[in-house]
Amino acid sequence: MANLLRTIQLALKSLMLHKLRSGLTMLGIVFGVFSVIAMLAIGEGASQQAQQQVLKLGATNIIVRSVKPPRENASTTNSSQFVLRYGLKRTDYDLLSKTIPTVLQAVPIRELSKACRYRHRELNCRIVGCTPEYADMNYLALAQGRFISDKDRRDKSNVAVIASGTADILFQFEDPLGQSVKIADRRYTIVGVTKARDASAAIGGSMSGQEYNSDIYIPLETMRVRMGDLNMDRRQGSFSAEEWELNQITLKIASTEDVMPTADVIRESLKQFHKSPNDYAVVVPQELLKQAEQIRVIFNVVLGSIAAISLVVGGIGIMNIMLATVTERTREIGIRRALGAKQHDITMQFLTETIVLAGSGGLIGVGLGLLTPLAFAGMKQVADRFFFDGQAASEFSTMFRDMYPQVVPSSLPLAFGISVGIGIIFGLYPARSAARLDPIEALRHE
Amino acid sequence: MDLAAEVIDIEKDYLLGTVLVRALRGVTIQFPKGDFVAIMGSSGSGKSTLLNLLGALDRPTRGKYIIGGNDVSGMTDDDLSSIRNQLIGFIFQSYNLIPQYTVLENIEVPLHYRTGYPRIGVKERDWIEKLAEMVGLSDRMDHRPYQLSGGQQQRVAIARALVNNPEIILADEPTGNLDSATEHEIMEMLLRLNREGRTIIMVTHEPAVAKLAKRQIFMKDGVVAGEGIFPG
Ligand SMILES: Nc1ncnc2c1ncn2[C@@H]1O[C@H](COP(=O)(O)OP(=O)(O)O)[C@@H](O)[C@H]1O
Ligand SMILES: [Mg+2]
Repeated sequence: MANLLRTIQLALKSLMLHKLRSGLTMLGIVFGVFSVIAMLAIGEGASQQAQQQVLKLGATNIIVRSVKPPRENASTTNSSQFVLRYGLKRTDYDLLSKTIPTVLQAVPIRELSKACRYRHRELNCRIVGCTPEYADMNYLALAQGRFISDKDRRDKSNVAVIASGTADILFQFEDPLGQSVKIADRRYTIVGVTKARDASAAIGGSMSGQEYNSDIYIPLETMRVRMGDLNMDRRQGSFSAEEWELNQITLKIASTEDVMPTADVIRESLKQFHKSPNDYAVVVPQELLKQAEQIRVIFNVVLGSIAAISLVVGGIGIMNIMLATVTERTREIGIRRALGAKQHDITMQFLTETIVLAGSGGLIGVGLGLLTPLAFAGMKQVADRFFFDGQAASEFSTMFRDMYPQVVPSSLPLAFGISVGIGIIFGLYPARSAARLDPIEALRHE
Repeated sequence: MDLAAEVIDIEKDYLLGTVLVRALRGVTIQFPKGDFVAIMGSSGSGKSTLLNLLGALDRPTRGKYIIGGNDVSGMTDDDLSSIRNQLIGFIFQSYNLIPQYTVLENIEVPLHYRTGYPRIGVKERDWIEKLAEMVGLSDRMDHRPYQLSGGQQQRVAIARALVNNPEIILADEPTGNLDSATEHEIMEMLLRLNREGRTIIMVTHEPAVAKLAKRQIFMKDGVVAGEGIFPG
C-alpha cells in the first residue's frame, strides 16, 4: 500500500515535469467522462420527469380522449355547411363505466375554450364540464368554497368553480365566492376556488399538456343544456362547426395488474361503436412509462456511444503522449534497469503514470459532471436573457427549458472506472515497449 | 582465493545488420574480493562490452560469468535485474542521474527495486543520510541534478551505487567528464571504498587514473592483451 502510494507520487512527479502537456492530454478524458455523466444525467432527468408526469396522470388510470380527425375534403366541400362530428359519446361513457368490471370509476368531461367576463375584465378560459370526481382524480385541492356536487349535476345549476389563476385575473383583490362570472352570455355563480396546481405536460403525442390554472369547472349537465354539443367557431375569416359530446373519459382501474388487460378490452369495445377509428385515443399512462423507458434506453445508447468515442479519442491521445514520453525518457529507463528495475517495474511505472493521468482527468470530469444540473440552470438563464426572448423562443428553447438533468450516482464511479480502464488499455502498449527496451541501448540513448 | 566475480572464456558477438561483430573473443579474468582493477585499451577494444557483461546488463554469447557464486549465462532477465540491484553498483561517465528527482530521490532509486519491495523505512533513511555525508552532499539533498556540478553529480552517483551495499562497483570512465581536481576527489573516494573491502572494476583511458588501481588489464580487439601492475 505504501509502495502504491509512493509509485503514484513518483508518477505525479514525472507528469508534473510537463504540466501543460499532461494537462492537455488529460482534457480528452475530462470531456469524455464529463459527457458520460452529463448525458446519463440528462437521460435520467428526462425519465424522472416522464415518470412524475405519468404518475400525475395516475398509474392505475386509463384515459380515453376524443381526437379531432383531420377535415377531409375540407377545401372542396362547402365548409360553412359542414359540421364535423366526432369523438366520444355519452353512450361510450355508459358502456365503459357499466360493462367493464375492473373499472372502478369513470369520469367524463367536456372542454371548451371560451371568453369569461367579470365586470370589465375578460379572460379566455378552459371551461370544463365535469362531475364531482374530477377534483380528486386531477389532484385539485380547494382554496375556498366547494367543488361541483351531485346536486349541481341533477339540478343542472348555473354554478362554477374557478381555478386560482382565473380568480387572480378576473377578481384580483375581490372575493370571488358568491360572485357571478359570465360565460357565453350566461351567468354562473362561483361556489369554489381551487388551489394552484402544476401543469401536466404533453405525453405520447395523444395528450396535450394541461394548464390547470386558467380553468373554470361547471357541472357536465349544465354545460350540455347551456352550451349544447355543437360548437361554432369563427376564425381566420372562415366559419367552422364541430359537434362532439365528451372530450375525455378518465377511468380508474381496480389494480395496476388490471390496467393493461382492461385497456385492451376498452379498445375492443370502442372499436365497435366508432366507424372512424381515429376520432378517439386510448392513453395508458403505464404504457407511456414503458415508452419513456424505451426512449431513455435508446437515448442512453446513442449518447453513450458518443461519449465512448470521445473517451477512446482521449485514450488515443494519452497513448500518443506516452509513446513520446517513453522515447524521451529512454535513458531514464536504461538507468533504472541498470539499477535493478525489472521489466515488470518499468511496465508498472509507465502504466501508473498513464493511469494517474487518465484517472486525474476522470476525477476532474466527475467534478464537472456533478455540476451538470448547475451548468444547465446557468445556461438556461443565459439563454433566457440573451437568445430566446419573445418571439425567438423556439422549439429548441422550450425543449432545453424542460430538461432537468439528474446526476445518476452510479454513473460517477462508472465514469471514473472507465477513465482508469482507458488508462490501462492505452497505457499498456507504451509501458510494455518501455520495459522491452534493451538496457544497454537505452543507457546509450541521446 | 575468494572470488567476487569471474569470467571464463566469454565471448560476445553483435550482429550489425548482416555483419557479425566479435566484440569479445574469449576473455578469462578472475576478480578476487577487494580487488581494484583498471581496464584499459584503445577505443573499440571491447572494454565497455566487458563491463556491461560484468554488470549483468547483458549475457555473454558464449562462456561463463560467475558472480555471487552463480553463472549468469543461464539466468532470466528478472534474475539479472536482481543481481544488478543487489550485487553491483554502477558509476557512469555521464553520471546518469534521473533529472526530475532530487539528490535524495536519486540515491533512493535502487531501494525501490529490492526483492520483495520492502518499505523504505527509518533504517534506510539513516543509511542514505550517512552516504550523503560520506560523499559530502548532506546539505544538497533536495537539489536537482542540474543544480549540481559534474563532480557533485558523480558523488551522488557514487552514493546511489552504494545504497544497496553491493560487493562490486563497476565504473565506466568515472572521471572522463571531470577536471583533474575533481577527478582526484572521485578517485580518492573509490580508493577509500576499495580499502573498506569493496571490489572495484573501472574502465579508464587515463594512465594516471589507472595507476591508482591495484592492477591493470589491457584489452585489444576483444581479448586481454596484457595484464599487470602498472606500467605492466
Ligand atoms: N550494440 C552493439 N552492436 C554492434 N556492435 C557493437 C555494439 N556494442 C559494441 N559494439 C562493437 O563492439 C566493439 C567493442 O565495443 P566497446 O566494448 O564499446 O569498446 P570500447 O568500450 O573499448 O571502446 C566495437 O567494435 C563496437 O563497435
Ligand atoms: Mg567504451
